Amino acid sequence: MSEIRALIVDDSSVMRKIVERALRQAGLTTMLVFEAGSGTEAIEVLKTMQVDLILSDINMPLMDGLEFVRQIRAQNLAPGVPVVMITTESSEEHVKQAIEAGARGYIRKPFTAEQVKERVLPLLNAA
Amino acid sequence: MLLNGIRNAAIVHRWDHSETEQAMSLSLRDSMHLVCDPENLEASVQEVFQTMLGVQCQRVVGPAAVRPKAEEETVTAVVGFGGLLSGACLFSCNGSAAMKVASLMTGTEFDTIDDTVKDGIGEICNMLAGGWKSKVPDLAANCGLSVPAVISGRDYNLHVQAPEFQLRHAYRFDGAGFEVTIVCDGLQ
Repeated sequence: MSEIRALIVDDSSVMRKIVERALRQAGLTTMLVFEAGSGTEAIEVLKTMQVDLILSDINMPLMDGLEFVRQIRAQNLAPGVPVVMITTESSEEHVKQAIEAGARGYIRKPFTAEQVKERVLPLLNAA
Repeated sequence: MLLNGIRNAAIVHRWDHSETEQAMSLSLRDSMHLVCDPENLEASVQEVFQTMLGVQCQRVVGPAAVRPKAEEETVTAVVGFGGLLSGACLFSCNGSAAMKVASLMTGTEFDTIDDTVKDGIGEICNMLAGGWKSKVPDLAANCGLSVPAVISGRDYNLHVQAPEFQLRHAYRFDGAGFEVTIVCDGLQ
């Protein structure tokens, strides 16, 4: 797979590193990574950078992950770019809300690199 | 203890008003046996530690066995619950255990309890809280989580006034110990 540009959005810097490591273990070894600590920061990144993939937490201060996805879809930022939510929330209702907001995938924390591979790579291949 | 502020944050993090209205008509009283089942907390601890840290934890009978001494630096993370259940999940350990957890999460060695260590402990608590509530379907859908708050220092106590129920488990892994507590101070 050619080099992709990924935006990882999580208020935890440790979790951003873990997500990045899982993506590299999934085979995205030459990936370029951008990080943001909230939905607000992530929107600023997307105003200046083009990315191929967005992975976002839901529970974050300032702007949560669901509102972030709604905002980027409404503002047509990163059109067609798959967004995968990575979160501790896992009920069907939460998954439904994420999909309705515009997410294309959902991974529950804690997660394995294998789960990241299964949920993320098909979205990149389809894009 | 600052549980009220954290619980309020959890309520703010709930999803939307329609869900709040739906939650009001639900009650967890009928599934109390599931909510109080210690196996749910056990399963959550094992899942988080095996998946994120690659270690198996051994349950310790008698939390005092792993409780930090007064003179030791201690790290405690708190994630509030709001909605059908109000309360909090607490994760507490001494400084060396906190650095070991953060090291296993990140692959980096730590010799001080810096912001990265605190961040890692907060995330562990967040995953434990989310994993625990996911075991009870009504709770999974109708109970929100706050972002983690992390306290560090020496010789402090966390006090909760007359909780409705409390689950407290202690564990050891790789020579380190920690305690996980679920406190419920209100249940619909």
